[in-house]
Amino acid sequence: MEKEITVTLNGVAKTVTVEPRLLLVHLIRENLNQTGTHIGCDTSHCGACTVLLDGKSVKSCTILAVQANGKKISTVEGLLQADGTLAAIQEAFKENHALHCGFCTPGMMMRAVELLQKNPNPTEEQIRWGISGNLCRCTGYNNIVKAVQYAGAKMRGDKLPSTEPIFV
Amino acid sequence: MIQECKTSKAISGMGHSMKRKEDGRFIQGKGNYVDDIKLDGMLYMDIYRSPYAYAKIKKINIDKAMKVPGVVAVITGKDLEKYNLHWMPTLMSDTQMVLPTDTVMYQAQEVAAVIATSRYAAADGVEAVEVEYEVMKPVMDPYKSTAPGAPVLRPDKKGKTDNKIWHWEVGDKQKTDKLFATAEVTVKEEIYVPRIHVASIETCGCVADYHKVNNHLTMYMTTQAPHAIRTVIALVAGHVGLTEEKIRVISPDIGGGFGGKVPVYPGYVIAIAVSFLVGKPVKWIEDRSENLQADSFARDYHITAEMAGTKAGKIQGIRFKVLADHGYTDASANPSKFPAGMFSICTGSYDYDTAFVEADAVYTNKPPGGVAYRCSFRVTEAVQGIERITDRFAQTIGMDPAAFRFKNFIKKEQFPWKSPTGWSYDSGDYELALKKAMDVIDYAGLRKEQIEKRKKGEIMGIGICSFTEVVGAGPSKDFDILGIKMFDSAEIRVHPTGKAIARFGTKSQGQGHETTYAQIIAEELGIPAENIQVEEGDTDTAPYGLGTYASRSTPTAGAAAAIAARKLRDKAKKIAAYLLEVSEADLEWEPGVFFVKGAPEKKKTIQEIVFASYTNHPQGMEAGFEATHYYDPPNLTFPFGSYICVVDIDKETCEIKVRRFVAIDDCGNIINPMIVQGQVHGGLTQGIAPAMYEELIYDDDGNILNGTFMDYLVPTAVESPSWETGHTITPSPHHPIGAKGVGESPTVGAPPAIANAIMDALSPYGITNIDIPITPYKVWKAMKEKGAVKGV
Repeated sequence: MEKEITVTLNGVAKTVTVEPRLLLVHLIRENLNQTGTHIGCDTSHCGACTVLLDGKSVKSCTILAVQANGKKISTVEGLLQADGTLAAIQEAFKENHALHCGFCTPGMMMRAVELLQKNPNPTEEQIRWGISGNLCRCTGYNNIVKAVQYAGAKMRGDKLPSTEPIFV
Repeated sequence: MIQECKTSKAISGMGHSMKRKEDGRFIQGKGNYVDDIKLDGMLYMDIYRSPYAYAKIKKINIDKAMKVPGVVAVITGKDLEKYNLHWMPTLMSDTQMVLPTDTVMYQAQEVAAVIATSRYAAADGVEAVEVEYEVMKPVMDPYKSTAPGAPVLRPDKKGKTDNKIWHWEVGDKQKTDKLFATAEVTVKEEIYVPRIHVASIETCGCVADYHKVNNHLTMYMTTQAPHAIRTVIALVAGHVGLTEEKIRVISPDIGGGFGGKVPVYPGYVIAIAVSFLVGKPVKWIEDRSENLQADSFARDYHITAEMAGTKAGKIQGIRFKVLADHGYTDASANPSKFPAGMFSICTGSYDYDTAFVEADAVYTNKPPGGVAYRCSFRVTEAVQGIERITDRFAQTIGMDPAAFRFKNFIKKEQFPWKSPTGWSYDSGDYELALKKAMDVIDYAGLRKEQIEKRKKGEIMGIGICSFTEVVGAGPSKDFDILGIKMFDSAEIRVHPTGKAIARFGTKSQGQGHETTYAQIIAEELGIPAENIQVEEGDTDTAPYGLGTYASRSTPTAGAAAAIAARKLRDKAKKIAAYLLEVSEADLEWEPGVFFVKGAPEKKKTIQEIVFASYTNHPQGMEAGFEATHYYDPPNLTFPFGSYICVVDIDKETCEIKVRRFVAIDDCGNIINPMIVQGQVHGGLTQGIAPAMYEELIYDDDGNILNGTFMDYLVPTAVESPSWETGHTITPSPHHPIGAKGVGESPTVGAPPAIANAIMDALSPYGITNIDIPITPYKVWKAMKEKGAVKGV
């Protein structure tokens, strides 16, 4: 029994007919062809599929597409600013070498966006706990923490921290 | 600045922390991973897997599955058998079922493949496959695998009467046994390096796209070694007319590899077979559970480590014996002559001349493999063995582990150093690295603090690991995979306007090749790295190479890039001499410019020279500006480092907290410090993982007990400490740019440092060894046995 739903994906309304069991992540990737959101597990633990649903970060593998009916979905493809420049979180990840393979990156950035909206100046410990629902196998997290701090500073309009690697 | 730069920031040659060129697409969601590929008419494949570890297949009923809406085919071993595609070779020249015809050999083994018009329909089809089994008692303990009465697991191998795969040994047994019989001090420890998983966040998968009209296969797949895979596909499928010129392997962006994307998995072969038979593209993407349960396991080495030496603290020799559990088949990806990989690096960073090392590999009913997980073929296992037994020896004679290491280090003037197992270490300064690590962490201060803490009954430990790695396989005289020599390649084409494209036989999975290779060429030619486009992973366009694993990209393809660029610089010099009407001997080079000695205003930039190579080249000279090099390394490279870890253990809960971790690495000359540091951070987190969290656990019936991310504990940002990293720089004397490779050092060096710290913390209680992963429960249990904690 298919159902028609309407979602607003990165500001554009989309009406699609879906099976009730369709996962939100598959709606985004397969039906709406936005493949920046990734799938890394089948138990809701890796966070690679994290998107914002009405501004709240969710694991889109754990939500049904029909539950998103009438809601706003934001994905990595919608991060760029209106003038085409990188969003603070994107710039932060690039400048701080907070990604290697890039697979966890979209989910990690979407999670960080919400984290910084709620807490514009988080401590290192708050960031580490805040992103602990998102796994990264490449970076060892040091630089992701740095990137979230950098993005926070940028969004607050504070002086940006150095992005040079620090060696002991 | 960690390393002097010879080029300007505008050129960004070696030593510049250039921001990565590849990041733009990843931060905008425009990476192109295999599951992002969508082709017209594409079918989806899902795999039905065995719930049992060892069972006869009595019957497979596909009728219900075929009735599921959207299902177009269900493929079993019997179907593949008709085309002789039901078996395939492993990279170790062992054999592996693609799909079984009669017996399943491990839980989660592929039994049938369902092909459907959608992902969901394929999954529905899998649910509807019905298989009747006759369940048998599996062999899960490798020690029991070779015991009398154990079932012969591989009757498919003619004449096989036991479960032994191979025996390998190196060193002088007689001399070693004699030493151990007479030495003042010998210590022995059983050290298990557990079965773990690479767990890259992207699983494995492919899209097989066969076109009947052209008899051509394009295989998009998550592979770290696209060229070698093309050859393997040709070897497996050549008999059905799919010969190598008809195969194109494209390895798109890869979401982490770590060695797990080197082997050929059955799913790839089934997808090819189905696409071949139905003439449509077929996509197969593993679930995480399938990935953890069936593919890419690493380690699983049972090491008996022994060290002999004097009471005064001089190491005289080691004797290591290994039992390697390979599961159902040896599906490692080691060089052919090295079935135990480079395990013989287990003599470590110390100066002695006596060693005997042996390993026996056996079959069990576990998933196949033994992949080199972020490790140059069993180096992690070797370093765990030597660095743990080194600490045990120091502890036994009552010597500080740092002082013990200083007393035994190979000195920097002893390089090149011939190891008792036959390696020729290229360069090193082990004392400097350990000294630096001790200074940074204040080792003396920590020891004082530890004495105070112990008086108060608090538990704190300090652990050292001074590892030597062996990477960059390898010289063609010794190193091959399936007979293909382990060279690697670079091809540079500079366009008339002075911008370049460079292609390689390797394949980045996050290492940043698009940036670092460009920097190597920028260093050599003075063309800005920004203007050098790097491409890998398409066998139709890139030169042949053996791929990226075992920290080999910089030692092999990086060297090829430098040498190809030098060939071009030689050509540039000829053109510059022609244009400036001087002899070549009158020219001097600075990055990007040839100028006349004593008259620097008379010069030609590399861009002018390249343009002339297309528009005004000397008569008789070949036009254009292109070079290719296949680099055959004269030796391996030997990165090293010293890591120090400080742990605090809660005496009630036995919770272990890594307070500080300092990693001093020496990977020779550094191409991009930012990327090197990133590699070290990541490798360290993959080092704390098996040290404290990760292990694939099976019960006696062959069931995996933690086959999902719910219970296989990949460290999050909370478990991962804030790493402190630094370097010493000891260039490789034989590598064209003096680099050694770095990606794997931290994964290799971290587990023993952490284990040594925890065991140092527990030493007052008489606890000498706990196998990794060292969990609070294991610590609590060991403490309880010693009467050091209360509890039920």
